[in-house]
Amino acid sequence: MAKRLDLKDVDIYYGDFHAVAGVNLSVAPRSVTSFIGPSGCGKSTVLRTLNRMHEEIPGARVEGEVLLDGEDIYNRSSDAVAVRKTIGMVFQRPNPFPTMSIRDNVVAGLKLSGVRDKKKLDEVCEASLRGANLWKEVSGRLDKPGGGLSGGQQQRLCIARAIAVAPDVLLMDEPCSALDPISTLAIEDLIADLKKEYTIVIVTHNMQQAARVSDQTAFFNLEATGKPGKLVEIDDTEKIFSNPTEQATEDYISGRFG
Amino acid sequence: MSTATGLDSPDRPAHGPTFQALSTGRKIKDKAATVLVTLAFLIALVPLVWVLVTVVGRGIGAIISADWWGRSLNGVLPESYAGGVYHAIYGTIIQALLAAVIAVPVGIAAAVYLVEYGRGRLAKTTSFMVDILAGVPSIVAALFVFAAFISIMGGVQSAFMVSLALVLLMLPVVIRNTEEMLRLVPDELREASYALGIPKWKTILRIVLPTALSGTVTGVMLALARVMGETAPVLVLVGYSQSINFDPFSGNMASLPLLMFSELSNPEPAGQFRIWGAALTLILIIMILQLGASVVSRFSAISK
Repeated sequence: MAKRLDLKDVDIYYGDFHAVAGVNLSVAPRSVTSFIGPSGCGKSTVLRTLNRMHEEIPGARVEGEVLLDGEDIYNRSSDAVAVRKTIGMVFQRPNPFPTMSIRDNVVAGLKLSGVRDKKKLDEVCEASLRGANLWKEVSGRLDKPGGGLSGGQQQRLCIARAIAVAPDVLLMDEPCSALDPISTLAIEDLIADLKKEYTIVIVTHNMQQAARVSDQTAFFNLEATGKPGKLVEIDDTEKIFSNPTEQATEDYISGRFG
Repeated sequence: MSTATGLDSPDRPAHGPTFQALSTGRKIKDKAATVLVTLAFLIALVPLVWVLVTVVGRGIGAIISADWWGRSLNGVLPESYAGGVYHAIYGTIIQALLAAVIAVPVGIAAAVYLVEYGRGRLAKTTSFMVDILAGVPSIVAALFVFAAFISIMGGVQSAFMVSLALVLLMLPVVIRNTEEMLRLVPDELREASYALGIPKWKTILRIVLPTALSGTVTGVMLALARVMGETAPVLVLVGYSQSINFDPFSGNMASLPLLMFSELSNPEPAGQFRIWGAALTLILIIMILQLGASVVSRFSAISK
Protein backbone atom coordinates (compact mmCIF):
# COMPACT_ATOMS: atom_id res chain seq x y z
CA MET A 1 0.00 0.00 0.00
CA ALA A 2 1.61 3.21 1.21
CA LYS A 3 4.70 4.18 -0.72
CA ARG A 4 7.44 6.72 -0.26
CA LEU A 5 7.90 9.79 -2.40
CA ASP A 6 11.21 11.39 -3.30
CA LEU A 7 11.69 14.61 -5.22
CA LYS A 8 15.09 15.21 -6.75
CA ASP A 9 16.03 18.63 -8.14
CA VAL A 10 12.49 19.34 -9.28
CA ASP A 11 12.00 22.51 -11.33
CA ILE A 12 8.52 23.50 -12.41
CA TYR A 13 7.65 25.85 -15.25
CA TYR A 14 4.50 27.45 -16.61
CA GLY A 15 5.60 28.20 -20.15
CA ASP A 16 8.58 30.52 -19.72
CA PHE A 17 7.78 31.27 -16.12
CA HIS A 18 9.97 29.39 -13.68
CA ALA A 19 7.48 28.72 -10.87
CA VAL A 20 9.42 26.55 -8.46
CA ALA A 21 13.15 25.84 -8.39
CA GLY A 22 15.27 23.01 -7.10
CA VAL A 23 13.00 21.10 -4.73
CA ASN A 24 14.52 18.14 -2.95
CA LEU A 25 12.46 16.31 -0.38
CA SER A 26 11.41 12.88 0.80
CA VAL A 27 8.12 11.69 2.21
CA ALA A 28 8.13 8.50 4.24
CA PRO A 29 5.34 5.96 3.84
CA ARG A 30 2.51 6.22 6.38
CA SER A 31 3.37 9.74 7.40
CA VAL A 32 1.84 13.16 6.98
CA THR A 33 3.90 15.91 5.39
CA SER A 34 2.52 19.43 5.29
CA PHE A 35 3.54 22.20 2.93
CA ILE A 36 3.30 25.70 4.37
CA GLY A 37 4.28 29.09 3.04
CA PRO A 38 2.85 32.36 1.76
CA SER A 39 0.44 32.49 -1.19
CA GLY A 40 2.07 32.16 -4.58
CA CYS A 41 5.20 30.44 -3.29
CA GLY A 42 4.47 27.31 -5.28
CA LYS A 43 3.41 24.81 -2.64
CA SER A 44 0.21 23.90 -4.49
CA THR A 45 2.19 23.74 -7.71
CA VAL A 46 4.59 21.26 -6.14
CA LEU A 47 1.67 19.23 -4.82
CA ARG A 48 0.10 19.12 -8.26
CA THR A 49 3.28 17.83 -9.83
CA LEU A 50 3.16 14.85 -7.49
CA ASN A 51 0.27 13.28 -9.40
CA ARG A 52 0.88 14.94 -12.75
CA MET A 53 -2.17 17.18 -12.45
CA HIS A 54 0.21 20.02 -13.18
CA GLU A 55 0.49 19.05 -16.83
CA GLU A 56 -3.22 19.64 -17.42
CA ILE A 57 -2.36 23.34 -17.60
CA PRO A 58 -1.18 24.21 -21.12
CA GLY A 59 2.53 24.98 -21.27
CA ALA A 60 3.32 23.54 -17.85
CA ARG A 61 6.30 21.22 -17.54
CA VAL A 62 8.51 19.63 -14.91
CA GLU A 63 12.23 18.93 -14.79
CA GLY A 64 13.95 16.65 -12.33
CA GLU A 65 12.68 13.42 -10.86
CA VAL A 66 9.61 12.56 -8.83
CA LEU A 67 10.12 9.05 -7.52
CA LEU A 68 7.40 6.86 -6.12
CA ASP A 69 9.17 3.98 -4.37
CA GLY A 70 12.10 4.66 -6.67
CA GLU A 71 10.09 4.77 -9.88
CA ASP A 72 10.01 8.06 -11.77
CA ILE A 73 6.39 9.06 -12.37
CA TYR A 74 7.55 11.36 -15.16
CA ASN A 75 9.23 8.49 -16.92
CA ARG A 76 8.47 8.54 -20.61
CA SER A 77 6.76 5.18 -20.43
CA SER A 78 4.54 5.93 -17.45
CA ASP A 79 0.97 6.95 -18.13
CA ALA A 80 -0.41 9.99 -16.29
CA VAL A 81 -3.72 8.17 -15.85
CA ALA A 82 -1.99 5.25 -14.13
CA VAL A 83 -0.02 7.66 -11.94
CA ARG A 84 -3.19 9.36 -10.78
CA LYS A 85 -4.75 6.03 -9.87
CA THR A 86 -1.83 5.47 -7.54
CA ILE A 87 -1.65 9.00 -6.17
CA GLY A 88 -5.04 10.39 -5.26
CA MET A 89 -5.95 13.99 -4.63
CA VAL A 90 -8.43 16.01 -2.57
CA PHE A 91 -9.02 19.59 -3.63
CA GLN A 92 -9.48 22.89 -1.90
CA ARG A 93 -13.16 23.20 -2.68
CA PRO A 94 -15.31 20.09 -2.28
CA ASN A 95 -16.20 18.97 -5.80
CA PRO A 96 -18.57 16.00 -5.81
CA PHE A 97 -19.93 15.11 -9.25
CA PRO A 98 -23.28 16.91 -9.37
CA THR A 99 -25.01 14.40 -11.63
CA MET A 100 -24.25 11.45 -9.37
CA SER A 101 -25.70 10.07 -6.17
CA ILE A 102 -23.59 9.77 -3.04
CA ARG A 103 -22.93 6.10 -3.78
CA ASP A 104 -21.97 6.76 -7.40
CA ASN A 105 -19.70 9.59 -6.32
CA VAL A 106 -17.78 7.33 -3.98
CA VAL A 107 -17.32 4.52 -6.50
CA ALA A 108 -16.96 6.82 -9.54
CA GLY A 109 -13.27 6.00 -9.90
CA LEU A 110 -13.92 2.25 -9.94
CA LYS A 111 -17.07 2.39 -12.02
CA LEU A 112 -15.50 4.52 -14.72
CA SER A 113 -12.50 2.19 -14.75
CA GLY A 114 -14.82 -0.64 -15.71
CA VAL A 115 -15.65 -2.34 -12.40
CA ARG A 116 -19.22 -3.66 -12.79
CA ASP A 117 -19.53 -6.07 -9.88
CA LYS A 118 -22.30 -4.47 -7.85
CA LYS A 119 -21.47 -6.35 -4.66
CA LYS A 120 -17.87 -5.23 -4.79
CA LEU A 121 -18.87 -1.64 -5.52
CA ASP A 122 -21.23 -1.64 -2.53
CA GLU A 123 -18.49 -3.03 -0.30
CA VAL A 124 -15.99 -0.43 -1.45
CA CYS A 125 -18.59 2.28 -1.07
CA GLU A 126 -19.28 1.36 2.55
CA ALA A 127 -15.62 0.84 3.41
CA SER A 128 -14.60 4.17 1.86
CA LEU A 129 -17.41 6.08 3.53
CA ARG A 130 -16.51 4.47 6.85
CA GLY A 131 -12.87 5.35 6.15
CA ALA A 132 -13.90 8.95 5.61
CA ASN A 133 -16.04 9.00 8.78
CA LEU A 134 -19.12 9.71 6.74
CA TRP A 135 -20.92 6.38 6.75
CA LYS A 136 -23.12 7.05 9.77
CA GLU A 137 -24.30 10.35 8.37
CA VAL A 138 -25.18 9.21 4.87
CA SER A 139 -25.84 5.45 5.03
CA GLY A 140 -29.59 6.09 4.85
CA ARG A 141 -29.47 8.28 1.76
CA LEU A 142 -26.85 6.86 -0.54
CA ASP A 143 -29.09 7.45 -3.55
CA LYS A 144 -29.45 11.17 -2.89
CA PRO A 145 -27.27 13.58 -4.89
CA GLY A 146 -23.89 14.38 -3.39
CA GLY A 147 -24.47 18.10 -3.83
CA GLY A 148 -27.10 18.01 -1.07
CA LEU A 149 -24.59 17.43 1.71
CA SER A 150 -23.04 20.18 3.80
CA GLY A 151 -19.63 21.54 2.84
CA GLY A 152 -17.78 19.46 5.42
CA GLN A 153 -19.68 16.31 4.45
CA GLN A 154 -18.99 17.00 0.79
CA GLN A 155 -15.29 17.27 1.51
CA ARG A 156 -15.35 13.95 3.38
CA LEU A 157 -17.30 12.53 0.43
CA CYS A 158 -14.45 13.66 -1.81
CA ILE A 159 -11.96 11.99 0.51
CA ALA A 160 -14.04 8.80 0.41
CA ARG A 161 -14.05 9.05 -3.37
CA ALA A 162 -10.28 9.47 -3.42
CA ILE A 163 -9.57 6.49 -1.15
CA ALA A 164 -12.10 4.27 -2.95
CA VAL A 165 -9.61 3.73 -5.76
CA ALA A 166 -7.08 2.54 -3.14
CA PRO A 167 -4.22 4.91 -3.93
CA ASP A 168 -0.76 4.61 -2.35
CA VAL A 169 -0.44 8.31 -1.68
CA LEU A 170 -3.09 10.91 -0.88
CA LEU A 171 -2.50 14.56 -1.75
CA MET A 172 -4.62 17.25 -0.13
CA ASP A 173 -4.67 20.81 -1.41
CA GLU A 174 -5.91 23.00 1.46
CA PRO A 175 -8.73 20.55 2.18
CA CYS A 176 -10.15 22.58 5.07
CA SER A 177 -9.87 26.12 3.81
CA ALA A 178 -13.55 26.23 2.80
CA LEU A 179 -14.79 24.56 5.98
CA ASP A 180 -15.91 25.64 9.44
CA PRO A 181 -13.84 24.66 12.53
CA ILE A 182 -15.99 21.64 13.41
CA SER A 183 -15.79 20.16 9.93
CA THR A 184 -12.09 20.98 9.94
CA LEU A 185 -11.66 19.00 13.14
CA ALA A 186 -13.49 16.06 11.57
CA ILE A 187 -11.14 16.13 8.59
CA GLU A 188 -8.07 16.42 10.82
CA ASP A 189 -9.17 13.41 12.85
CA LEU A 190 -9.67 11.62 9.59
CA ILE A 191 -6.16 12.47 8.44
CA ALA A 192 -4.79 10.97 11.64
CA ASP A 193 -6.69 7.75 10.83
CA LEU A 194 -5.76 7.69 7.17
CA LYS A 195 -2.10 8.00 8.09
CA LYS A 196 -2.13 4.37 9.19
CA GLU A 197 -2.64 3.27 5.60
CA TYR A 198 -1.64 6.09 3.31
CA THR A 199 1.21 8.43 2.67
CA ILE A 200 -0.28 11.90 2.95
CA VAL A 201 0.92 15.25 1.69
CA ILE A 202 -1.17 18.25 2.66
CA VAL A 203 -0.95 21.90 1.67
CA THR A 204 -2.29 24.23 4.32
CA HIS A 205 -2.37 27.92 5.13
CA ASN A 206 -3.24 27.14 8.69
CA MET A 207 -0.04 26.67 10.68
CA GLN A 208 -1.82 25.26 13.70
CA GLN A 209 -3.24 22.67 11.39
CA ALA A 210 0.19 21.82 10.05
CA ALA A 211 1.43 21.50 13.63
CA ARG A 212 -1.54 19.32 14.61
CA VAL A 213 -1.66 16.85 11.74
CA SER A 214 1.77 16.47 10.25
CA ASP A 215 4.94 14.53 11.08
CA GLN A 216 7.15 16.69 8.94
CA THR A 217 6.69 20.18 7.60
CA ALA A 218 8.11 21.83 4.52
CA PHE A 219 8.32 25.60 4.34
CA PHE A 220 8.23 27.18 0.90
CA ASN A 221 9.01 30.81 0.24
CA LEU A 222 9.37 33.33 -2.52
CA GLU A 223 12.43 35.57 -2.56
CA ALA A 224 10.68 38.23 -4.62
CA THR A 225 7.78 38.47 -7.04
CA GLY A 226 8.73 37.08 -10.41
CA LYS A 227 11.37 34.81 -8.93
CA PRO A 228 10.76 31.09 -8.57
CA GLY A 229 9.46 29.70 -5.30
CA LYS A 230 11.89 27.66 -3.22
CA LEU A 231 11.80 24.99 -0.59
CA VAL A 232 13.42 26.80 2.32
CA GLU A 233 13.42 24.07 4.88
CA ILE A 234 11.95 20.67 5.59
CA ASP A 235 12.17 18.97 8.94
CA ASP A 236 10.19 17.30 11.71
CA THR A 237 7.13 19.38 12.43
CA GLU A 238 8.13 19.79 16.05
CA LYS A 239 11.52 21.16 15.08
CA ILE A 240 10.14 23.51 12.43
CA PHE A 241 7.71 25.05 14.88
CA SER A 242 10.03 25.21 17.89
CA ASN A 243 13.51 25.66 16.57
CA PRO A 244 13.76 26.12 12.78
CA THR A 245 17.18 26.27 11.17
CA GLU A 246 16.39 29.10 8.79
CA GLN A 247 15.59 32.65 9.86
CA ALA A 248 12.91 32.95 7.11
CA THR A 249 11.03 29.99 8.56
CA GLU A 250 11.07 31.44 12.02
CA ASP A 251 9.86 34.81 10.71
CA TYR A 252 7.00 33.14 8.89
CA ILE A 253 5.77 30.86 11.64
CA SER A 254 6.06 33.54 14.27
CA GLY A 255 4.05 35.97 12.15
CA ARG A 256 6.84 38.49 11.53
CA PHE A 257 6.67 37.78 7.82
CA GLY A 258 4.89 40.22 5.44
CA MET B 1 -23.14 63.10 6.07
CA SER B 2 -21.88 62.99 9.58
CA THR B 3 -20.69 59.45 9.85
CA ALA B 4 -18.41 59.65 12.87
CA THR B 5 -21.19 60.47 15.32
CA GLY B 6 -21.74 57.09 16.87
CA LEU B 7 -18.26 56.29 18.10
CA ASP B 8 -18.50 57.71 21.62
CA SER B 9 -22.26 57.46 22.17
CA PRO B 10 -23.79 55.01 19.74
CA ASP B 11 -27.27 55.36 21.24
CA ARG B 12 -27.65 59.09 20.78
CA PRO B 13 -26.42 60.46 17.48
CA ALA B 14 -25.32 64.02 17.99
CA HIS B 15 -26.24 65.41 14.59
CA GLY B 16 -29.73 64.16 13.80
CA PRO B 17 -30.55 61.26 11.48
CA THR B 18 -27.80 60.09 9.13
CA PHE B 19 -30.20 58.74 6.55
CA GLN B 20 -32.47 61.25 4.93
CA ALA B 21 -35.70 60.66 3.02
CA LEU B 22 -35.58 60.16 -0.72
CA SER B 23 -35.34 63.56 -2.43
CA THR B 24 -38.13 64.65 -4.79
CA GLY B 25 -35.74 64.78 -7.73
CA ARG B 26 -34.76 61.15 -7.29
CA LYS B 27 -38.38 60.11 -6.83
CA ILE B 28 -39.31 61.72 -10.13
CA LYS B 29 -36.35 60.14 -11.94
CA ASP B 30 -37.22 56.77 -10.46
CA LYS B 31 -40.83 57.00 -11.61
CA ALA B 32 -39.81 58.22 -15.07
CA ALA B 33 -37.37 55.37 -15.54
CA THR B 34 -39.92 52.82 -14.34
CA VAL B 35 -42.55 54.13 -16.75
CA LEU B 36 -40.06 54.17 -19.63
CA VAL B 37 -38.89 50.61 -19.08
CA THR B 38 -42.44 49.31 -18.64
CA LEU B 39 -43.51 51.11 -21.80
CA ALA B 40 -40.65 49.63 -23.79
CA PHE B 41 -41.65 46.17 -22.57
CA LEU B 42 -45.27 46.72 -23.59
CA ILE B 43 -44.25 48.00 -27.02
CA ALA B 44 -42.11 44.91 -27.53
CA LEU B 45 -45.08 42.79 -26.49
CA VAL B 46 -47.50 44.38 -29.00
CA PRO B 47 -46.34 42.63 -32.20
CA LEU B 48 -46.11 39.29 -30.40
CA VAL B 49 -49.64 39.47 -29.04
CA TRP B 50 -50.90 40.85 -32.33
CA VAL B 51 -49.44 37.98 -34.34
CA LEU B 52 -50.68 35.40 -31.87
CA VAL B 53 -54.22 36.82 -31.71
CA THR B 54 -54.46 37.10 -35.50
CA VAL B 55 -53.11 33.63 -36.18
CA VAL B 56 -55.19 31.98 -33.49
CA GLY B 57 -58.31 33.91 -34.50
CA ARG B 58 -58.04 33.03 -38.18
CA GLY B 59 -56.51 29.59 -37.86
CA ILE B 60 -58.53 28.07 -35.06
CA GLY B 61 -61.42 27.28 -37.41
CA ALA B 62 -59.21 25.07 -39.54
CA ILE B 63 -57.41 23.12 -36.87
CA ILE B 64 -60.36 22.12 -34.69
CA SER B 65 -61.59 19.59 -37.22
CA ALA B 66 -60.37 16.03 -36.82
CA ASP B 67 -59.69 15.79 -40.54
CA TRP B 68 -57.09 18.55 -40.25
CA TRP B 69 -54.81 16.28 -38.24
CA GLY B 70 -55.70 12.98 -39.91
CA ARG B 71 -56.00 13.61 -43.65
CA SER B 72 -53.98 15.07 -46.47
CA LEU B 73 -55.14 17.38 -49.26
CA ASN B 74 -55.14 14.48 -51.68
CA GLY B 75 -58.04 15.04 -54.14
CA VAL B 76 -59.35 18.07 -52.28
CA LEU B 77 -60.47 20.81 -54.65
CA PRO B 78 -58.97 24.28 -54.16
CA GLU B 79 -62.32 25.79 -53.19
CA SER B 80 -63.39 23.03 -50.85
CA TYR B 81 -63.12 23.36 -47.08
CA ALA B 82 -62.06 19.76 -46.64
CA GLY B 83 -59.02 17.60 -46.13
CA GLY B 84 -56.16 18.17 -43.73
CA VAL B 85 -52.46 18.77 -43.47
CA TYR B 86 -51.06 15.69 -41.81
CA HIS B 87 -48.85 15.16 -44.87
CA ALA B 88 -47.30 18.58 -44.27
CA ILE B 89 -46.96 18.04 -40.51
CA TYR B 90 -45.20 14.76 -41.21
CA GLY B 91 -42.92 16.50 -43.72
CA THR B 92 -41.99 19.31 -41.34
CA ILE B 93 -41.22 16.90 -38.51
CA ILE B 94 -39.31 14.29 -40.53
CA GLN B 95 -37.18 16.92 -42.27
CA ALA B 96 -36.28 18.56 -38.97
CA LEU B 97 -35.59 15.21 -37.29
CA LEU B 98 -33.35 14.00 -40.12
CA ALA B 99 -31.46 17.27 -39.88
CA ALA B 100 -31.11 16.80 -36.12
CA VAL B 101 -29.84 13.23 -36.52
CA ILE B 102 -26.89 14.64 -38.48
CA ALA B 103 -26.46 18.05 -36.86
CA VAL B 104 -26.67 17.07 -33.19
CA PRO B 105 -23.83 14.50 -33.03
CA VAL B 106 -21.60 16.56 -35.30
CA GLY B 107 -22.43 19.75 -33.41
CA ILE B 108 -21.83 18.26 -29.97
CA ALA B 109 -18.59 16.65 -31.12
CA ALA B 110 -17.42 19.96 -32.57
CA ALA B 111 -18.27 21.74 -29.31
CA VAL B 112 -16.39 19.11 -27.31
CA TYR B 113 -13.41 19.64 -29.58
CA LEU B 114 -13.55 23.42 -29.18
CA VAL B 115 -13.89 23.32 -25.39
CA GLU B 116 -11.86 20.27 -24.36
CA TYR B 117 -9.20 19.83 -27.02
CA GLY B 118 -9.07 22.87 -29.25
CA ARG B 119 -5.82 24.81 -29.08
CA GLY B 120 -4.05 26.92 -31.61
CA ARG B 121 -4.92 27.62 -35.19
CA LEU B 122 -7.35 24.79 -35.99
CA ALA B 123 -9.56 25.69 -33.04
CA LYS B 124 -9.55 29.37 -33.93
CA THR B 125 -10.38 28.58 -37.55
CA THR B 126 -13.18 26.23 -36.52
CA SER B 127 -14.62 28.81 -34.18
CA PHE B 128 -14.44 31.48 -36.88
CA MET B 129 -16.12 29.21 -39.43
CA VAL B 130 -18.92 28.47 -37.00
CA ASP B 131 -19.52 32.19 -36.66
CA ILE B 132 -19.62 32.55 -40.44
CA LEU B 133 -21.99 29.60 -40.76
CA ALA B 134 -24.25 31.20 -38.18
CA GLY B 135 -24.56 34.23 -40.41
CA VAL B 136 -25.41 32.30 -43.59
CA PRO B 137 -28.98 33.10 -44.75
CA SER B 138 -31.17 30.06 -45.23
CA ILE B 139 -31.57 30.69 -48.96
CA VAL B 140 -27.80 30.53 -49.37
CA ALA B 141 -27.67 27.24 -47.46
CA ALA B 142 -30.44 25.92 -49.70
CA LEU B 143 -28.71 27.03 -52.90
CA PHE B 144 -25.42 25.56 -51.68
CA VAL B 145 -27.06 22.17 -51.14
CA PHE B 146 -28.69 22.45 -54.54
CA ALA B 147 -25.40 23.28 -56.23
CA ALA B 148 -23.30 20.72 -54.37
CA PHE B 149 -25.60 17.73 -54.03
CA ILE B 150 -28.00 18.11 -56.97
CA SER B 151 -26.13 19.97 -59.72
CA ILE B 152 -22.67 18.56 -59.13
CA MET B 153 -23.25 15.20 -57.46
CA GLY B 154 -26.38 14.43 -59.41
CA GLY B 155 -28.83 13.96 -56.55
CA VAL B 156 -32.54 14.49 -56.90
CA GLN B 157 -34.78 16.95 -55.14
CA SER B 158 -36.14 15.34 -52.03
CA ALA B 159 -36.93 15.95 -48.40
CA PHE B 160 -33.46 14.68 -47.50
CA MET B 161 -31.90 17.56 -49.45
CA VAL B 162 -34.00 19.91 -47.33
CA SER B 163 -32.62 18.19 -44.23
CA LEU B 164 -29.07 18.75 -45.46
CA ALA B 165 -29.75 22.47 -45.79
CA LEU B 166 -31.32 22.49 -42.33
CA VAL B 167 -28.18 20.78 -40.99
CA LEU B 168 -26.17 23.79 -42.14
CA LEU B 169 -28.58 26.07 -40.30
CA MET B 170 -28.73 23.95 -37.14
CA LEU B 171 -25.02 23.23 -36.78
CA PRO B 172 -23.83 26.67 -35.61
CA VAL B 173 -26.70 26.94 -33.14
CA VAL B 174 -26.00 23.51 -31.65
CA ILE B 175 -22.24 24.10 -31.55
CA ARG B 176 -22.43 27.52 -29.93
CA ASN B 177 -25.01 26.46 -27.38
CA THR B 178 -23.26 23.21 -26.43
CA GLU B 179 -19.96 25.06 -26.25
CA GLU B 180 -21.42 27.50 -23.78
CA MET B 181 -22.92 24.71 -21.67
CA LEU B 182 -19.60 22.81 -21.61
CA ARG B 183 -17.73 25.93 -20.55
CA LEU B 184 -20.13 26.27 -17.63
CA VAL B 185 -18.98 22.91 -16.27
CA PRO B 186 -16.41 23.83 -13.61
CA ASP B 187 -12.83 22.71 -14.24
CA GLU B 188 -12.82 21.35 -10.70
CA LEU B 189 -15.03 18.49 -11.84
CA ARG B 190 -12.64 17.62 -14.65
CA GLU B 191 -9.72 17.75 -12.21
CA ALA B 192 -11.58 15.62 -9.67
CA SER B 193 -12.10 13.04 -12.35
CA TYR B 194 -8.51 13.12 -13.60
CA ALA B 195 -7.31 12.78 -10.01
CA LEU B 196 -9.22 9.49 -9.77
CA GLY B 197 -7.22 8.14 -12.68
CA ILE B 198 -10.07 8.47 -15.16
CA PRO B 199 -8.85 9.17 -18.69
CA LYS B 200 -9.81 12.38 -20.43
CA TRP B 201 -12.22 10.89 -22.97
CA LYS B 202 -14.10 9.09 -20.23
CA THR B 203 -14.16 12.23 -18.12
CA ILE B 204 -15.79 14.07 -21.02
CA LEU B 205 -18.32 11.32 -21.73
CA ARG B 206 -19.27 10.43 -18.17
CA ILE B 207 -18.70 13.60 -16.15
CA VAL B 208 -18.66 16.69 -18.36
CA LEU B 209 -21.41 15.89 -20.87
CA PRO B 210 -23.92 14.61 -18.28
CA THR B 211 -23.34 17.76 -16.22
CA ALA B 212 -24.06 19.90 -19.27
CA LEU B 213 -26.91 17.69 -20.49
CA SER B 214 -29.94 19.75 -19.61
CA GLY B 215 -28.72 22.93 -21.27
CA THR B 216 -27.54 21.01 -24.30
CA VAL B 217 -30.90 19.29 -24.79
CA THR B 218 -32.73 22.59 -24.41
CA GLY B 219 -30.48 24.14 -27.03
CA VAL B 220 -31.06 21.29 -29.45
CA MET B 221 -34.83 21.58 -29.10
CA LEU B 222 -34.73 25.31 -29.64
CA ALA B 223 -32.58 24.80 -32.73
CA LEU B 224 -35.13 22.26 -33.98
CA ALA B 225 -37.94 24.72 -33.42
CA ARG B 226 -36.05 27.33 -35.38
CA VAL B 227 -35.40 25.25 -38.48
CA MET B 228 -38.96 23.92 -38.65
CA GLY B 229 -40.20 27.25 -39.92
CA GLU B 230 -37.48 27.64 -42.55
CA THR B 231 -39.05 28.24 -45.94
CA ALA B 232 -36.18 28.81 -48.34
CA PRO B 233 -34.82 25.23 -48.26
CA VAL B 234 -38.22 23.66 -48.94
CA LEU B 235 -38.87 26.05 -51.83
CA VAL B 236 -35.57 25.24 -53.50
CA LEU B 237 -34.96 21.61 -52.65
CA VAL B 238 -38.24 19.70 -52.75
CA GLY B 239 -41.46 19.79 -54.74
CA TYR B 240 -44.84 20.26 -53.12
CA SER B 241 -47.21 17.35 -52.85
CA GLN B 242 -50.90 17.33 -52.01
CA SER B 243 -50.68 13.82 -50.62
CA ILE B 244 -48.60 12.02 -48.06
CA ASN B 245 -45.12 10.79 -48.96
CA PHE B 246 -43.40 8.85 -46.22
CA ASP B 247 -40.09 8.47 -48.07
CA PRO B 248 -37.77 11.40 -47.36
CA PHE B 249 -35.24 10.22 -49.93
CA SER B 250 -37.36 10.48 -53.06
CA GLY B 251 -40.40 12.23 -54.43
CA ASN B 252 -42.15 15.41 -53.48
CA MET B 253 -43.03 16.05 -49.87
CA ALA B 254 -45.14 18.74 -48.33
CA SER B 255 -44.22 20.67 -45.22
CA LEU B 256 -46.13 23.37 -43.39
CA PRO B 257 -44.21 26.35 -44.84
CA LEU B 258 -44.36 24.83 -48.32
CA LEU B 259 -48.09 24.18 -47.99
CA MET B 260 -48.65 27.77 -46.98
CA PHE B 261 -46.61 28.97 -49.91
CA SER B 262 -48.45 26.85 -52.42
CA GLU B 263 -51.86 27.80 -51.04
CA LEU B 264 -50.91 31.44 -51.58
CA SER B 265 -51.56 30.92 -55.27
CA ASN B 266 -55.02 29.53 -54.52
CA PRO B 267 -57.48 32.39 -55.13
CA GLU B 268 -60.31 30.67 -53.24
CA PRO B 269 -61.12 31.64 -49.63
CA ALA B 270 -60.45 28.01 -48.67
CA GLY B 271 -56.81 28.64 -49.52
CA GLN B 272 -56.63 31.49 -47.01
CA PHE B 273 -58.38 29.28 -44.51
CA ARG B 274 -55.70 26.58 -44.90
CA ILE B 275 -52.82 29.06 -44.75
CA TRP B 276 -53.93 30.40 -41.39
CA GLY B 277 -54.57 26.88 -40.15
CA ALA B 278 -51.09 25.77 -41.21
CA ALA B 279 -49.54 28.84 -39.58
CA LEU B 280 -51.28 28.09 -36.30
CA THR B 281 -50.28 24.42 -36.54
CA LEU B 282 -46.64 25.39 -37.02
CA ILE B 283 -46.76 27.72 -34.03
CA LEU B 284 -48.35 24.96 -31.96
CA ILE B 285 -45.69 22.41 -32.90
CA ILE B 286 -42.91 24.86 -32.08
CA MET B 287 -44.61 25.75 -28.81
CA ILE B 288 -44.83 22.07 -27.87
CA LEU B 289 -41.11 21.74 -28.62
CA GLN B 290 -40.29 24.72 -26.44
CA LEU B 291 -42.42 23.38 -23.63
CA GLY B 292 -40.71 20.02 -24.07
CA ALA B 293 -37.36 21.80 -23.80
CA SER B 294 -38.28 23.41 -20.52
CA VAL B 295 -39.68 20.14 -19.13
CA VAL B 296 -36.51 18.27 -20.12
CA SER B 297 -34.29 20.91 -18.60
CA ARG B 298 -36.31 20.83 -15.40
CA PHE B 299 -36.17 17.07 -15.07
CA SER B 300 -32.56 16.58 -16.01
CA ALA B 301 -31.43 19.64 -14.09
CA ILE B 302 -28.89 18.90 -11.41
CA SER B 303 -30.75 18.51 -8.16
CA LYS B 304 -29.19 19.96 -5.09
